[in-house]
Amino acid sequence: MSRTPVTKHDEGDGMTSLEMAPTNAGADGAAPLLEVRDLHVEFAVRDSVTKAVNGVNYSVNAGETLAVLGESGSGKSVTAQAIMGILDSPPGRIAKGEIFFQGQDILRLPENERRKLRGAKMAMIFQDALSSLNPVLSVGFQLGEMFRAHQGMSRKDAKAKAIELMDRVRIPAAAQRVGDYPHQFSGGMRQRIMIAMALALEPDLIIADEPTTALDVTVQAQVMDLLAELQREYNMGLILITHDLGVVADVADKIAVMYAGRIVETAPVHELYKRPAHPYTKGLLESIPRLDHKGQELYAIKGLPPNLQAIPPGCAFNPRCTMAQDVCRTDVPPLVPVTELDGTELPGRHSACHFWKETIHG
Amino acid sequence: MGRYVVRRLGQLVIVVLGATMVLFACLFVLPGDPVGQIAGSDKARDPAVIEQLHKQYGLDKPLVVQYGTYVGKLVTGDLGTDYTQSRPVTEILGPKLENTAKLAVAAIVIDIVIGISVGVLAAMRRYSIWDVSATFITTLAIGVPSIVLGMIMQRVFVIELDWFPLIAGDSFEGIILPAFTLAIIDAALVAQLARSTMLEVLRADYVKTAVAKGLPRRTVLTRHIMRNSVIPVVTYLGISFGTLLGGAIITETIFNWNGIGLALIQAIQQNNNPIIVGVVTISVAVFVVLNLVVDLLYAALDPRIRLA
Repeated sequence: MSRTPVTKHDEGDGMTSLEMAPTNAGADGAAPLLEVRDLHVEFAVRDSVTKAVNGVNYSVNAGETLAVLGESGSGKSVTAQAIMGILDSPPGRIAKGEIFFQGQDILRLPENERRKLRGAKMAMIFQDALSSLNPVLSVGFQLGEMFRAHQGMSRKDAKAKAIELMDRVRIPAAAQRVGDYPHQFSGGMRQRIMIAMALALEPDLIIADEPTTALDVTVQAQVMDLLAELQREYNMGLILITHDLGVVADVADKIAVMYAGRIVETAPVHELYKRPAHPYTKGLLESIPRLDHKGQELYAIKGLPPNLQAIPPGCAFNPRCTMAQDVCRTDVPPLVPVTELDGTELPGRHSACHFWKETIHG
Repeated sequence: MGRYVVRRLGQLVIVVLGATMVLFACLFVLPGDPVGQIAGSDKARDPAVIEQLHKQYGLDKPLVVQYGTYVGKLVTGDLGTDYTQSRPVTEILGPKLENTAKLAVAAIVIDIVIGISVGVLAAMRRYSIWDVSATFITTLAIGVPSIVLGMIMQRVFVIELDWFPLIAGDSFEGIILPAFTLAIIDAALVAQLARSTMLEVLRADYVKTAVAKGLPRRTVLTRHIMRNSVIPVVTYLGISFGTLLGGAIITETIFNWNGIGLALIQAIQQNNNPIIVGVVTISVAVFVVLNLVVDLLYAALDPRIRLA
């Protein structure tokens, strides 16, 4: 498996090398920017343990966008928080696994070293900018804090930097608005401030957790475009957590679909849309409303996501799956490489389904 | 902002007028002659003396006229003349108000220091032995009336242990017991309030953001958690301080603290109406002004609040 530079919007014609789990970082000296290996996160509340993440593997390279797709409770945000080191702990706990960032296992770092990475080397953009910004501090102060905490910059210089950042994310009249408070901005402008904050120290990795979900559709596109543009400019790795398949198609290079704390499918973005290799992904794609299907009933995946305190044995998706057989109720399907019928490798494609062949080729 | 303050001070006038009007009516219907005690015991009373006294204090005039006279003087800062000493009420209450203010400041400092630190510690070590004991002790403290607590403290620390003087006087040691008696319930309430607001703030998304920004723990705690937790506490403390400045009848009586609370209870026993009216006027005015200060402070601490 060799790595060649990844270009955005590559049609996945076999020239790309979008390796996903399991990865073999370091073999050829081109270790990915971030690599999550067999990550398990659980939340212990009173007598019960909620298994939120159950063996996640994924990797992101510089300049690459990985979209992590899944319903709420699928573990996509928890994985992100584990990477950032901001899990609510207790009750949250990393039970197992490794997270390699720029070649070092950050889970082994002392908290003080870890803190210095946050914001400076890896930054996070949250879903709801209104609640994620401190209501009693001006946006200028909150932006300037990045420089003051990490670079020991003076209050005055930090303010100048804040104005610069606000300009950078195209907030009109930045110099006049730097002293305004979060509630005085519109939703789109607030999310731009969140982006500016994440970008402040030009980190190598940005994790955006549903960055556009709380916004109007028209604003969504603007914010997403801005994020994609800045990512390109700074050549950052981007993990885009979303449940919105529409957002993903435009900006992502590769997709990891999560279900019940596991990755069930990975693929270069357009491959996934064309030929899903997991019944859950198939269900997700079929449940997108389509104009050319007007008048027909909308498709919905039957049932509900599993209770994470009692994940079904075998494949976690089996109670909702139309293809489920006996083996699905007993054996956990491993994440295996997906190939063409003649055995040709499909780079970057994996599926955790006993019947991936039937799903993709059937 | 300026207009807001002016309007709120206008409300002060209405509140003071309303409160004193009700008070005048109440004092008027109460049995007993306000000047009776000055005139001597029942048997020795000379009707001529009584009449003379009524005239001197304007008690022979109708209630409405008496009230009008009171308001007229109040505008010039005159609270009238008291019955027992024939001295201006302002002159009598001035030093007493100072004493009450000293006690109130001491009590509010205890509220802030004990209340906030206990609340913050309990919230940060939630469900620990500290938190559980804090909840238990504060609940107990709120339940014990200050008259009981004050007398127990006096018994233990003054009479048995002899750590503090019986007569408080002006000494620093003298203020400790009454201040604690006065503060303990509020300190407990502040602790519980600080704990619950802090637990709420700890769960807030913006705290997670602050951590994700890589800010040092201490910065997250002071700038992002404490700053937001303290807003409701400040409001509560402001109102509480207003109440304290109105005089603490029970605490001042137990510890013989020469404040306006003690003055009020003595005045009630002596039917010394000008003092009663004076104390109430001062308390009402102080309370309304402090309420205004709290609202201004609240707006200063939380930019989302708009004064209107």
